[in-house]
Amino acid sequence: MSIAVADGLFLEGANGVTLIAGRRKSDGEMRFPMPIGPEGALYDAVELAPQGKLWSYTVQRFRPKTPPYIGADDDKSFKPFAVGYVEFPGQVIVEGRILVDDPSALKIGLPMTVVLETFPTSTRGEVATYAFRPA
Amino acid sequence: MTDVHIVGAGIHAFGRTPDMTGLDQGVFAVREALGDAGVEWADMQFAFGGSSAAGSADAALPRLGLTGVQFINISNGCATGGSSLLSGYWAIKSGEFDIGVVLGFDKHPRGAFNADPEASGLPRWYGETGMMLTTQFFAMKIRRYMDLHGISATSLGRVAVKAFDNGVRTPHAWRRDPVDLDTVLNSQMVSDPLTKFMFCSPAEGGVAMVLASDRKMRELGLTGPKVRGAAVRTRPRGSFEVFAPSLDIERGVAPTVLASKAAYEMACVGPGEIDVAQIQDTESGAEIMHMSENGFCADGDQEAWLADGVTSLSGRLPMNTDGGCLACGEPIGASGLRQVYENVQQLRGRAEGRQVADAKLAYSQVYGAPGLSAVAILEA
Repeated sequence: MSIAVADGLFLEGANGVTLIAGRRKSDGEMRFPMPIGPEGALYDAVELAPQGKLWSYTVQRFRPKTPPYIGADDDKSFKPFAVGYVEFPGQVIVEGRILVDDPSALKIGLPMTVVLETFPTSTRGEVATYAFRPA
Repeated sequence: MTDVHIVGAGIHAFGRTPDMTGLDQGVFAVREALGDAGVEWADMQFAFGGSSAAGSADAALPRLGLTGVQFINISNGCATGGSSLLSGYWAIKSGEFDIGVVLGFDKHPRGAFNADPEASGLPRWYGETGMMLTTQFFAMKIRRYMDLHGISATSLGRVAVKAFDNGVRTPHAWRRDPVDLDTVLNSQMVSDPLTKFMFCSPAEGGVAMVLASDRKMRELGLTGPKVRGAAVRTRPRGSFEVFAPSLDIERGVAPTVLASKAAYEMACVGPGEIDVAQIQDTESGAEIMHMSENGFCADGDQEAWLADGVTSLSGRLPMNTDGGCLACGEPIGASGLRQVYENVQQLRGRAEGRQVADAKLAYSQVYGAPGLSAVAILEA
């Protein structure tokens, strides 16, 4: 079982995987991830819906630079991955990696489900992070 | 209040200059600008300058002369050059100083910029999992814009073709060979829908300007374009910026819209009066979106404008006449001033081979991380 890439990003429950955002107490502005440290005291944690709609997307075609990227791959073994924003209606729009075999199937407005992705790293072994997958 | 003029302009050609540091190129540009105006470093009452990756700008002082001049280092992301210009403008406009220098230079390693999550106030996992790339942001912003406003991949290609055509005619450009539309569209995909030839690259270069008050200019017998308006604005709530793990559902305008509006108001002119424009083209899509964010056309008009060549050298409103970032590359600290340099050349009738006939009003806009925009409007 892999550990989470960071604490407090997501929950696993009866609804499947859900993201934890923050709602600012003063004006209701929502952001992801839930702020931590002194900023965190200004926000209430809010569980986002398990599904949303694709807002925009692209494909990362080259290996991101290290640092900050910690993928276990190198320039040769790197496999392009899709990334995009998913809108959780009435809540907030969140950026994440996208799990899809054929990125040309992606379209703005496509229903997307929050899932967990096992992400092999060069520094911490396998970690679990959230991702989106076409519903 | 006094008017502010650009009485001298200098540049070190952009691109790769292995035997010169970024600072060397900045000093070169200052000497060119001083020579262009026919003034001495010792005459300068202030300097504002910056680089992103090539050290402190005031490291130029021992080379230019330890005159005791007030020198302030500027660090304001991609708007560093624009911010230096604005600082020099205020210094003179306020009546405190009569003449001074603004400079910007840089030298970046090849390939994408390294990003540091903590320096941007972001959690480390965001960068660790491969989401902290400017290229992704630009791709996702134009992807959505294309869908909402009917912009085709061909239009993305046309922007790049125009940039390289203009670069051929520009001595300070880096890429000086034409690239045809098929080559642009079929080159390696970097971040869909943007191909290799649609992205600018980190580069090197230096730019400097000598600014003077109206009175000082006349006293010295000099001439030069007047700064009619200049503004820097940061991201408002609801704008879509680089390195954003989340976005508001309720969408807002881009910082460019705010900076543009402020500069037009200062200058008392509208976008319809502009003769030539240099707008941020980090990639092809950015130029397309900035055409609208700067008020030149409505969302979606770009498709017809580019097909009709409205923004080409022979069109009604030539844009990025020196090839922009696509042909010149992007040394962050120098890039915004390069746009102003090109506008000075256009307004002084010195843009040989790419001269826009009778250019009287010139517009420049630089945009970048972490979500800010700087606009300057010059008058011949």
